[in-house]
Amino acid sequence: MRVTESFRVAFDALRANRLRSLLTMLGVVIGVAAVVVLVAIGGGAKQLVTSEVEGLGSNIVFVVPGKFQIGTTPAVSRLQLSDADYLNRVLGRPDAVAVDLTSAEDLRAGTNTYYASVQGTTSNVVDVFDRPLAEGRYVSKADIATARRVIVLGPDAAAALFPNTDPIGRQVSMSGVEFRVIGLFQAKGGAFGVSPDTEVHIPVTAAQRLFGMDNISGFAVKADTPGDVDAVGAKLVDALKQKYQGDEFTAVSQTEILGTIGKILSMLTLVLAAIAGISLLVGGVGVSNIMLVSVRERTKEIGLRKALGARQRDVLSQFLLEAVMLTSIGGVIGIGLGIGASVTLSAFTPLPAVLAWWSIVLAFGVSVAVGVFFGVMPARRAGRLDPVVALRTE
Amino acid sequence: MAEIEAVDVTRSYRMDGVSVDALRGVSLTIEEGDYAAIIGPSGSGKSTLMHLLGCLDRPTTGTLLVGGRDVGTLDDSELAELRNQTIGFVFQSFQLLARTTALDNVALPLVYRGVRRAERRKRAAEALDAVNLGHRVGHKPTQMSGGEQQRVAIARALVGEPSVLLADEPTGNLDTVNGDEVMGILERLNKERGVAVVLVTHEADIAARARRIIRVRDGLIEAVAEAPEPS
Ligand SMILES: Nc1ncnc2c1ncn2[C@@H]1O[C@H](COP(=O)(O)OP(=O)(O)OP(=O)(O)O)[C@@H](O)[C@H]1O
Ligand SMILES: [Mg+2]
Repeated sequence: MRVTESFRVAFDALRANRLRSLLTMLGVVIGVAAVVVLVAIGGGAKQLVTSEVEGLGSNIVFVVPGKFQIGTTPAVSRLQLSDADYLNRVLGRPDAVAVDLTSAEDLRAGTNTYYASVQGTTSNVVDVFDRPLAEGRYVSKADIATARRVIVLGPDAAAALFPNTDPIGRQVSMSGVEFRVIGLFQAKGGAFGVSPDTEVHIPVTAAQRLFGMDNISGFAVKADTPGDVDAVGAKLVDALKQKYQGDEFTAVSQTEILGTIGKILSMLTLVLAAIAGISLLVGGVGVSNIMLVSVRERTKEIGLRKALGARQRDVLSQFLLEAVMLTSIGGVIGIGLGIGASVTLSAFTPLPAVLAWWSIVLAFGVSVAVGVFFGVMPARRAGRLDPVVALRTE
Repeated sequence: MAEIEAVDVTRSYRMDGVSVDALRGVSLTIEEGDYAAIIGPSGSGKSTLMHLLGCLDRPTTGTLLVGGRDVGTLDDSELAELRNQTIGFVFQSFQLLARTTALDNVALPLVYRGVRRAERRKRAAEALDAVNLGHRVGHKPTQMSGGEQQRVAIARALVGEPSVLLADEPTGNLDTVNGDEVMGILERLNKERGVAVVLVTHEADIAARARRIIRVRDGLIEAVAEAPEPS
């Protein structure tokens, strides 16, 4: 039998049972759409986080206590503010080491409130992290020395607390303590609620008092070139280990964070795609089931075709093609829906879904394969029917 | 050369360990342009014999030659090809594809011969003309009477230009008028085209029109009666 004829026969059979064909396809449609959308979301999340981390700057190395791993709670820090001077001496660069002590607090200005990541910092943070100000000034050495209650706001915090007024010189209160606004950061952008624009900075000494702590969270240093990052990190870790015998410290660079986050998100994407793939399998079982019903219903037709000269492989390919057509049409519809959903998602939610062409190709390939895999058993059954027996059935 | 030659052919079915002997040793020759009627009581093995003659089945023992080829030595695809080339079937219950037009029903045997669509349709239209249904090409079986449906089935049996037409009770579902018309067409094909016609029937007057009457009983040929040459 000619190939075009096989296609025509398979298509006619599907069209004759339009509703049934559509319902059978649905499993594959949903499965394929889910694969495309979930992979797009996973890809979008990865891109977002990557750009976020890249925004930190590729020369920066963080030193934190304990063995650092993403997903574990950081070790309790014994690091002191004075360690910054020690590390400056180790590096032979005055003012190279930036200090960080972070906590989340409720900010209040009049009736407006804002929940922000409050970072206790040293005056060199603006240089290390490249955070230009839009207005006013940053925390100064004198502010640190006297633990002055001053605050620099990110644009998001400023907009929430002072929607209609210039914040400079005004008061913000945290846990009942008043801070005077001395500066505003320029907007950096970002999404996912992790934008640096939501941060507020205060002198680290004021932060220690406010949070009731006497330690600090960690240090950050900007190496001269990306190639120096590892060497600088190692030097700082060695120096701290010497001072705090028996304690562990870790130097983390942007590349490492990117690598770890990338791995986690790729894994997440794969897991999501695999879950979606399961629904494709379930769809395949549905196809198998309907094809078996179809073979039974058309036993007489099969007997007749054989009597007229159809060979086993003619009948087999007719039913196999029907199953494959069912799943691949389902696949195409699913891909269309998946693309549509991804585009809609990235247009109307902060999640930037990034369509991956490989997921589209894969999803289509899998839906064809599902048709072959689940169609072959009913098709073989049809091909093997004895024409005499088939013609006798009612 | 005889179209079909059966020598001591048997066919038994195995059911739950019990063997049913549907044919118990039948020898029969269908000559070129033959016209034979097979009669006999229900369950005597008429249909079983027709299935064997039509290469839908293989004998359990004995030799069956169709178109000069030994059916017992052919595999399934060769058998399918042989029946596509040499046999045309007409069934009691017409066996037309319900959602398919008369034209495409008739063209079906040519599909399995790899004939192009345009050529198939041309030849199917000619076959429908030959059974006086040239005006019904686009109609579906549900839009036709029983007699018309059986004529479509005859056109389908005819379209591949087989040398033998096998008809198992072709008038069994038809009234006398339609039955007569169907018989008339079969006889015309036999006379004008030299197609051998073998039919199974329960009706004595239909059997009487054939040149030979083969009486089957209990899986054996009981008698063969040659009709007197029509004067
Ligand atoms: N597939 C089968 N399995 C078992 N027994 C069968 C099978 N096909 C036919 N038989 C048996 O073989 C015998 C002959 O059957 P067959 O159909 O050839 O009879 P028939 O002469 O055509 O009868 P009828 O006039 O009723 O059509 C019957 O006893 C039947 O039960
Ligand atoms: Mg019968």
